[in-house]
Amino acid sequence: MIKIYVPRDSSALAVGANDVANAIAAEASAQNIRVQIIRNSSRGMAWLETFVEVETSKGRVGYGPVEVGDVQRLFAAKFYEGQKHSLCHGLVEEMPYLKNQERLTFVRAGITDPVSISDYVSHGGFEGLRKALALGGSAIVTEVTESGLRGRGGAGFPTGIKWKTVHDAKADQKYVCCNADEGDSGTFADRMVMEGDPFMLIEGMTIAGIAAGATKGFIYIRSEYPEAISTMKQAIQIAVDAKWLGQNIQSTEHSFTLEVRRGAGAYICGEETAMLESLEGKRGMVRAKPPIPALVGLFGKPTIINNVLSFAAVPYILANGGAAYKNYGMGRSRGTLPFQLAGNIRQGGLVEKAFGITLRTLINEFGGGTFTGRPIRAVQVGGPLGSYLPDSQLDLPMDYETFAANMAMVGHGGLVVFDDSVDMAQQARFAMEFCAIESCGKCTPCRIGSTRGAETIDKIVAGENRDANLLLLEDLCQTMTDGSLCAMGGLTPMPVMSAVKHFPEDFDKPIRMAAE
Amino acid sequence: MAKKHTLIDLNSSTADPAVAIAARYGNKPDALLEILHDVQAELGFVPESSLPAIANALNISRAEAYGVATFYHDFHLKPTGKHVIKLCKAEACQSMGGRNLVAAVENFLKIKVGQTTGDGLVTLEATYCLGLCASAPTMMVDDRPVARVDAKKFEAVVEGLRT
Repeated sequence: MIKIYVPRDSSALAVGANDVANAIAAEASAQNIRVQIIRNSSRGMAWLETFVEVETSKGRVGYGPVEVGDVQRLFAAKFYEGQKHSLCHGLVEEMPYLKNQERLTFVRAGITDPVSISDYVSHGGFEGLRKALALGGSAIVTEVTESGLRGRGGAGFPTGIKWKTVHDAKADQKYVCCNADEGDSGTFADRMVMEGDPFMLIEGMTIAGIAAGATKGFIYIRSEYPEAISTMKQAIQIAVDAKWLGQNIQSTEHSFTLEVRRGAGAYICGEETAMLESLEGKRGMVRAKPPIPALVGLFGKPTIINNVLSFAAVPYILANGGAAYKNYGMGRSRGTLPFQLAGNIRQGGLVEKAFGITLRTLINEFGGGTFTGRPIRAVQVGGPLGSYLPDSQLDLPMDYETFAANMAMVGHGGLVVFDDSVDMAQQARFAMEFCAIESCGKCTPCRIGSTRGAETIDKIVAGENRDANLLLLEDLCQTMTDGSLCAMGGLTPMPVMSAVKHFPEDFDKPIRMAAE
Repeated sequence: MAKKHTLIDLNSSTADPAVAIAARYGNKPDALLEILHDVQAELGFVPESSLPAIANALNISRAEAYGVATFYHDFHLKPTGKHVIKLCKAEACQSMGGRNLVAAVENFLKIKVGQTTGDGLVTLEATYCLGLCASAPTMMVDDRPVARVDAKKFEAVVEGLRT
């Protein structure tokens, strides 16, 4: 029996992976070749999807991007024996894009069947939870603190400190909530974890539950991710049946249950307190802090809230020790970050590397430059609230502190590349526009500032009182930064002011055109 | 003058399914979003006349139920077309010509984002990121993701919906 792997990740489905799988099955049956088609997760090489792999005695051989129309030619070339073809990339593990990564979190990506718990266990799954069940709360917290792990959602708060706060809190009920409302444009690592390695998230959250003494967890997944929602629900049921979740996990005294909740298309629910409101069945209105959710969280109880990638990093940390994780990285940014190369890029996808790598290395060596082949003009790092960086800043190492010192943020590790056709004034205006659309409306700087900001940028671009309006925009941005309740209004000035600062020429076009 | 629909109007064709769905979630107030999603899946939209019934079942006020149904972009209080296409307008898609694509699509369907085609086939909506940013521009056709969209691909997808 020949094993053929066809990914089931949304990035593959979106380019016809199901049709490719069906075509392979039909052709194999027509030619009387016995094949087993396994729907694996994605390797994270989006430009090669649908990326089909064949198991050979030397290892897996990859072909991509495969379209339905290629299937007959692949069979003619005997791809099922790993033979050469114009779409062949040789042994998958030897491909530089994968070989040069440091995959700790995405170690199983593309290798396993996401909903096979035996695949998960045979590839190191549940090793961390096994240790955690033996260690107990305080020792888990110590291990996570030792690892130096910081919140991967964007804020970078030390995970160990957050967990300790919840652990130390006294309450009849505590909760663990996973923020899977991955709304930032240019990011998809959370989606890949949930669609591709759902047991890893379950394991990480269960470890958090044991650490804090919480018996109930929720995963808040955005509705834009239907595949992630169904995969997580399926995996939770499988884990319960296998006694890795539920009452008395693996016959210990620890119990933990998990529930998936769907978002409903509100970007603001990626903000942790708005997410809590939404989980309680309310409008996603941001709460004022303090009190912090670690003490007064879901239903008013102490709650661990972390991003998907933070929880996903924990099984490795428990299995291999905090020190092993801490070994990677630079400065106070420890471990690895799954970077997401997106936008106008030739080889977009997921690149997990230790902190310290530069944007230029990521974009040129992994990404292969722009998709269009034109020069890079700007890179937005960290989602729609992140700064636009010009070419001169592409050599900054990816590190929370270095980025903060340069008025930028690492965020969730998403990079959106723009070529020289981009109009940065238009991008700045969009940042304000997006804030106006997605603001929860609770605080004035965000609710009203965003609309006034878009109007002011329009005036600047039209050349109307340009200098005065630029000053006004700067002043407005300062008010939003200082006066907003949360990061939505507080960080919208980042893309706006970085565009003004680094690309001023895009804001005085009418004046220049008149002068010419 | 058209009759104004109010929250007081109870309509058993919309209230009954909503009550059954709420019961499936144990009438828990925190499950309101899930309930609204399911009502929309069953009825095609969230009729205002279903909200008093849901509020009653969950023991929350009608204002709270209405407030939630109108806060979230996902919930349609009016019927949509047979299919909903969500076109991504966020940055990664912009970097790959997303702005021009939106214009081309509006031109092709002869509607603006937020509107439904005259034949009721397609409601066109904006979305801000589908998590397929390495294969932009992208869209969601009902629950099906489509990547590397251009005007030609979009037209082919719509043709496919007609059959």
